[in-house]
Amino acid sequence: MKIALSTLAGAALALGLISAPAMAEDQGIIVYNAQHESLAKEWAAGFTKETGIKVTLRNGGDSDFSNQIVAEGAASPADVFLTENSPAMALVEAAGLFAPVDADTLAQVPQEYQPSSGKWVGVAARSTVFAYNKDKLKEDQLPKSLLDLADPGWKGRWAASPSGADFQAIVSALLQIKGEAATADWLKAMKANFTAYKGNSTIMKAVNAGEIEGGVIYHYYYIGDQAKTGENSKNVGLHYFKNQDPGAFVSVSGGGVLASSKHPKEAQAFLKWVTGKGGQDVLKTGTSYEYAVGKGDESNPKLVPLADLQAPKVDPATLNSKKVIDLMTQAGLL
Amino acid sequence: MEIAASNDDRLRLEPLTRLIRSLPPYGAGDMVARLMQSAIDMMPAKLPAAGMKKRRSTSWITLAAALIALIALLPLAFIVWVAIQTGWDTVVALILRPRVGELLVNTVLLVAVTVPIAIVLSVALAWLTERSDLPGNRWWSWLSVAPLAIPAFVHSYAWISFVPGLHGLWAGVLVSVIAYFPFLYLPIAAALRRLDPALEDAAAALGLDPWRVFARVVLPQLRLAVCGGSLLVGLHLLAEYGLYVFIRFDTFTTAIVDQFQSTFNGPAANMLAAVLVVCCLFLLALEVMVRGEERYARVGSGAARQQQRARLGRATLPCLLLPAGVALLSLGVPFVTVGRWLLAGGTDVWRWDEIGLALGQTLFLAIAGAVLATLAAMPMAWISIRAPGPLQRLLESCNYIVGALPGVVIALALVTITVRVALPLYQTLFTILFGYALMFLPRALISLRASIAQAPVELERAASSLGRSPVKALWSTTIRLSAPGAAAGMAMVALGITNELTATQMLAPNGTRTLAMAFWSYSGEIDYASAAPYALIMVAMSLPMTWWLYVQSKRMAGR
Repeated sequence: MKIALSTLAGAALALGLISAPAMAEDQGIIVYNAQHESLAKEWAAGFTKETGIKVTLRNGGDSDFSNQIVAEGAASPADVFLTENSPAMALVEAAGLFAPVDADTLAQVPQEYQPSSGKWVGVAARSTVFAYNKDKLKEDQLPKSLLDLADPGWKGRWAASPSGADFQAIVSALLQIKGEAATADWLKAMKANFTAYKGNSTIMKAVNAGEIEGGVIYHYYYIGDQAKTGENSKNVGLHYFKNQDPGAFVSVSGGGVLASSKHPKEAQAFLKWVTGKGGQDVLKTGTSYEYAVGKGDESNPKLVPLADLQAPKVDPATLNSKKVIDLMTQAGLL
Repeated sequence: MEIAASNDDRLRLEPLTRLIRSLPPYGAGDMVARLMQSAIDMMPAKLPAAGMKKRRSTSWITLAAALIALIALLPLAFIVWVAIQTGWDTVVALILRPRVGELLVNTVLLVAVTVPIAIVLSVALAWLTERSDLPGNRWWSWLSVAPLAIPAFVHSYAWISFVPGLHGLWAGVLVSVIAYFPFLYLPIAAALRRLDPALEDAAAALGLDPWRVFARVVLPQLRLAVCGGSLLVGLHLLAEYGLYVFIRFDTFTTAIVDQFQSTFNGPAANMLAAVLVVCCLFLLALEVMVRGEERYARVGSGAARQQQRARLGRATLPCLLLPAGVALLSLGVPFVTVGRWLLAGGTDVWRWDEIGLALGQTLFLAIAGAVLATLAAMPMAWISIRAPGPLQRLLESCNYIVGALPGVVIALALVTITVRVALPLYQTLFTILFGYALMFLPRALISLRASIAQAPVELERAASSLGRSPVKALWSTTIRLSAPGAAAGMAMVALGITNELTATQMLAPNGTRTLAMAFWSYSGEIDYASAAPYALIMVAMSLPMTWWLYVQSKRMAGR
């Protein structure tokens, strides 16, 4: 009954000490990772295996990390920043927080998958698609353009994940191509028409189950699920908008080294590895099904080749995430 | 013994005290109990230490308690500061927009529909298990508490696997009732158990039929339990994130996280948080108003007679359907779905290196957070028993109000404060433990108070008169004697931390991955099979605590 408090505290302390090593290992380089956790884990493991340099991932999303890095400023604990989309990279670049990427690394990636400034580099790419339920929509009923989804006829028939950086990147491309007024109008119409889901996987699952006719997501969710059991995609078809439509936007996933990094050499080595043979092979053979962007590196053969996507030309450095968030907040999407 | 001296007060206070102690020590709502406690303090109770001269130790302990209460107010002060900094026009534009209206409608509807359903369900279950001869009523009673061991987002995960299309308000109401009704069941059952049957006998003797007796005599006596439990449920509904993401129902909390994910710490997120804080304060005030000031204790000498259990007779079978149905929905669905995912996943999903690391980190955070919260609660607990007064009530209510805030609000404030003005503390173990202490301090406080109240003040005095310094005197008497309460409080804090998701994600040091974070990450990629082991481990860790709660509530009622 009368447990002495010191015994109690002792027991708690002992338990704490046993589990403490779990918290206090040498962390190596710290990567703020907004990419899919599984992909980043494979990259980190491959890099560590080859170089012996340890990698600690902090997982999150594009926009929260980019804003977080800006808020942290020079004191950021991060060495490397990896994203799924370009706008977040552009935000950190605009705040002047990236160190220039090593020339060898830049040389591994074609011009179109890096910003003109050379402050960061593309590490992978993904294509916008309209995933639709094949029982509910015939091919001739599909939208010709992303802009068509604003028509009243599409009311209540399509889904998106407005809180995700993926969809926000698509909107930033729309903003870049069509301008602010057209984008604001489109977002307003979207608010009336669409159904909000959290996460692209969830949208695909709902489309597959016939809860909704279609949704704007990226390509690899479908291919990844097909490669597994297909249970969440067997009724799903992918529609690529092509024709340089805003909906044919190919989003470049970026990687950059922070100017404040305390391990700049190791951080640059990591970026070089990710854009090099080792990292790009993970894209080709792994389960992420994102496009490889390295020179001469092929993507997984299950994907529609990048060259056939007829994506609109957008300089990734110009994508304005802050404006997009403001517009989406104004439209009541956030 | 002071019981003789203050018999009348004791009797008057007893149901309140009982209610407080029987309230489930979960999450945000603990402050509720705290508020009720301050209501007790406002009554003219005779205090054993009242005539005594204030000792030296009082002042520094009060100072410590005041300091802790001030620190606890940081998040609130921060939100006010952000509002001022943002500028009035922007604040108005960010708050008075249609999206906030939508969220307000969603949140208000959710609370307004869920709470009454949970009240009716809990009263029915409590009556059946406590006041009728329902076969196996002890079992049904435990099964009505057990859903608490399952984190709310695991309930939702189970339902969404079971009925994939589930979404919107009614789905939110369904899962919320199932996940949170025990918060109401526990205090209501405890109150029913202790009612004096003499009142009911009198009513029956005056010619009321059993239904009228129930409506006019029993129900009014449950008022405190219903108010307290409803407040707990309401605050949890406001704070919950994971549950509503699965079923695609937007509330203020999900919208704040959305904004956080889009802008990190932008003014829009903080202004949504401000509205949410107002909602929380509104619930707290509403409860104080509805609770009223009637007295509920029996007066007179002697003890209450044992209650008679109502005979259900032919109604037994239909009556069994209610607890059985509730158990099926609240326990059957989660266990069957988690089991199904575990079977589907096979041995592949048991990635022991990952699970082991997450388990270790979760345990560490839970234990360290529990120790910190308990230490922080000690000065407050001590003065609330030994030196109560207006200042103490004020300080204590600070802790309670902060404890009523959703984790996402506290985390958002701490992230921004550390990033802007205390960068060395940013993303450190200290900050996350500090956040936990703010969120869960009331849990530790409640348990400690009860224990300290049972430690005779004479021992402290004796130790002092034998020449010990105030600190040593305290340490060798009251603090040691309060160990059981401290242990219980720590366990409750640890349980809260184990199942915490939003604040942990925002505050965790680099490389941290708790069980809840791992579960969330896998279920976000709709890899439900890989998420299942984490769900199972969280439930397994919570079950003993829930059992303890159940036993405790029985003991409070003297059974």
